Amino acid sequence: MDKENLLEINDLVVAIDGREILHGLNLAVKPGETNLIFGPNGGGKTTLLMTIMGFPRYKVLRGKIYFKGQDITEIPVDERARLGIGLSFQRPPVVRGVKTRDMIEACLKDSENSTLVNELAEKAHLADFLDRDINSGFSGGEIKRSEMLQLLAQGPDLALLDEPESGVDLENIALIGQLINELLGKTHPIRERIRSGLIISHTGYILDYVNARTGYVLCGGQIICDGDPRDILNTIKEKGYQECVSCLKK
Amino acid sequence: MSEEVKSRLEKAKNAENKKAAVGDDVDLSKYESQTTQKPKHVPTSSIPAEDRMKILATGVTLDDVSQRSGTFVQIDNAPMHTAASQEGIEVMATSQALAKYAWLKDYYWKAVEVDADKYTAHVELNNADGYFMRALPGVKSVFPVQACLYLARGKSIQDVHNIIIAEEGSELHIITGCSTAGHEPGLHLGISEFYIKKSAKVTFTMIHSWSHDTEARPRTGAIIEQDGLFLSNYVIMRPVKSIQLYPSARCVGENATVRFNNVLVATAGSKIDAGSRAFLNARGAKTEMIARTISTGGDIISRGYIEGNEPDVKGHLECRGLILGDRGSIHAIPELKGNRAGVDLSHEAAVGKIAEEEVEYLMARGLTKDEATAAIIRGFLKVDIQGLPAMLNEEMRKAVKASEQELF
Repeated sequence: MDKENLLEINDLVVAIDGREILHGLNLAVKPGETNLIFGPNGGGKTTLLMTIMGFPRYKVLRGKIYFKGQDITEIPVDERARLGIGLSFQRPPVVRGVKTRDMIEACLKDSENSTLVNELAEKAHLADFLDRDINSGFSGGEIKRSEMLQLLAQGPDLALLDEPESGVDLENIALIGQLINELLGKTHPIRERIRSGLIISHTGYILDYVNARTGYVLCGGQIICDGDPRDILNTIKEKGYQECVSCLKK
Repeated sequence: MSEEVKSRLEKAKNAENKKAAVGDDVDLSKYESQTTQKPKHVPTSSIPAEDRMKILATGVTLDDVSQRSGTFVQIDNAPMHTAASQEGIEVMATSQALAKYAWLKDYYWKAVEVDADKYTAHVELNNADGYFMRALPGVKSVFPVQACLYLARGKSIQDVHNIIIAEEGSELHIITGCSTAGHEPGLHLGISEFYIKKSAKVTFTMIHSWSHDTEARPRTGAIIEQDGLFLSNYVIMRPVKSIQLYPSARCVGENATVRFNNVLVATAGSKIDAGSRAFLNARGAKTEMIARTISTGGDIISRGYIEGNEPDVKGHLECRGLILGDRGSIHAIPELKGNRAGVDLSHEAAVGKIAEEEVEYLMARGLTKDEATAAIIRGFLKVDIQGLPAMLNEEMRKAVKASEQELF
């Protein structure tokens, strides 16, 4: 593997419930880079993120995942989180009795710093949600902000964001964008950035707020195209994913 | 002996061998009946430190009573200590109260039937004592009143008969802890009769901490008048051989409300059959029942029964159960009966395991599998009790926390 890569995925084959979803996928993310993943529904985008995070339902049949130079293909979810991988879920579960505050405190690890918890919650406009059961009765936008809030507390080196803008109204997309930029340290000069992001976007709206270096198109369980994310988005907007598929056939 | 007493004793005698309507039968001949003793008043400091520690695990503190409006301690069949520190709040032994107030006979065995089963009969025939608590009209207890029922002698039966009266517009907050000294077999029989008058409020938090060899058959009845509120919280998280209780509340006045919250944990070898019943007999009466049950190897029957007998009554029953581990069972039996048009009764019940998805969600934040599981269980047991004073909520939280250490 290339030591310069924060994340490197080689020839990854993944199945869910016996059905193969990813077919030999390769991907590398360098420190400080933010990359966008486009692709049609069912193409394997969420599967890729869930596999990087290490959920047991996503069975790796072949290939390797390296993070910070370490082979993490077989290690459990919590160890990956502690190594510095964080995931913003597309549809996180409601956990009754576990408060938003409990989650943020868990993300902050040992510190029960209520000032910091409150500060972060203010940033995500979720101060009133701290004492509510996590995700219980949250709107689409509130769920996304809550996920971002937890990641801000967790401070991962690699943030995996699964459709952070879906179900969010336009006003709140700007806030989500702002939170992502803070999470990825985009306020710092480029050469000082160390945090990386892998963002799934179905619509590409997030590009209006978050700059990304590379865009990938994940289709049929493989990455079939990479390039400037705006160019890719424009092509998809004009011609749809069908163009990507026919391009692959060429 | 008055005709009333004669008739009551006769009823009790006739019920001496009557099995309970539900639950496993207990062979009373296995245990020795104890003679009911006259109330004493010994200082709580004379109770051995080891016993005081066990009692503390049930939320009853005997070392510092500055945060209590009253205290009652009964060891086996002997009331040992009664004290009330707030004007308008009365705490004494039931026998003392019966001697003091002639009118109390009108409350004696009126919320619980003396011949309900052989356990109620035993309590009557053994002339059991217990606690009498009363809040005078308009008086609100600043701190909770606490009661401890302690089973010290092995192979014997503890009989208890409690009467609680909240007079019009009063508020009474009670913590009752039931515990046992050792690991010898024992049977606890406890009658509790609650009378909640117009616009009065009673919160009753009962925490049981028995042993593998203890059996318990508490019998509780409550009568709630207009705009009255009865909040009953029951927690059992430590081992018990078998327990069966099915308290019954009758809302007889308009807008009377009763809420039951049960937190039940059955460890391996424990059999818990616990539920709540509400009879909504007046317009606007309401009930809410919440049961959180966990089996770590023991067997739980979680019952609930709501009967709507007048229009515009509302009742909801919720029972959630988690089976942790490979053994154990949870049997949820929610029942609703509407006898009039215009009743609004509902229930939801769920028995299962901890959702993997939830565990993994917490693990993705860096918690280990054990930490994530513990956080979910802790959350599951955390019942937000509407209307319970913050201090009692804190006591309950502490009791749950103390017991949950044994779970993980």
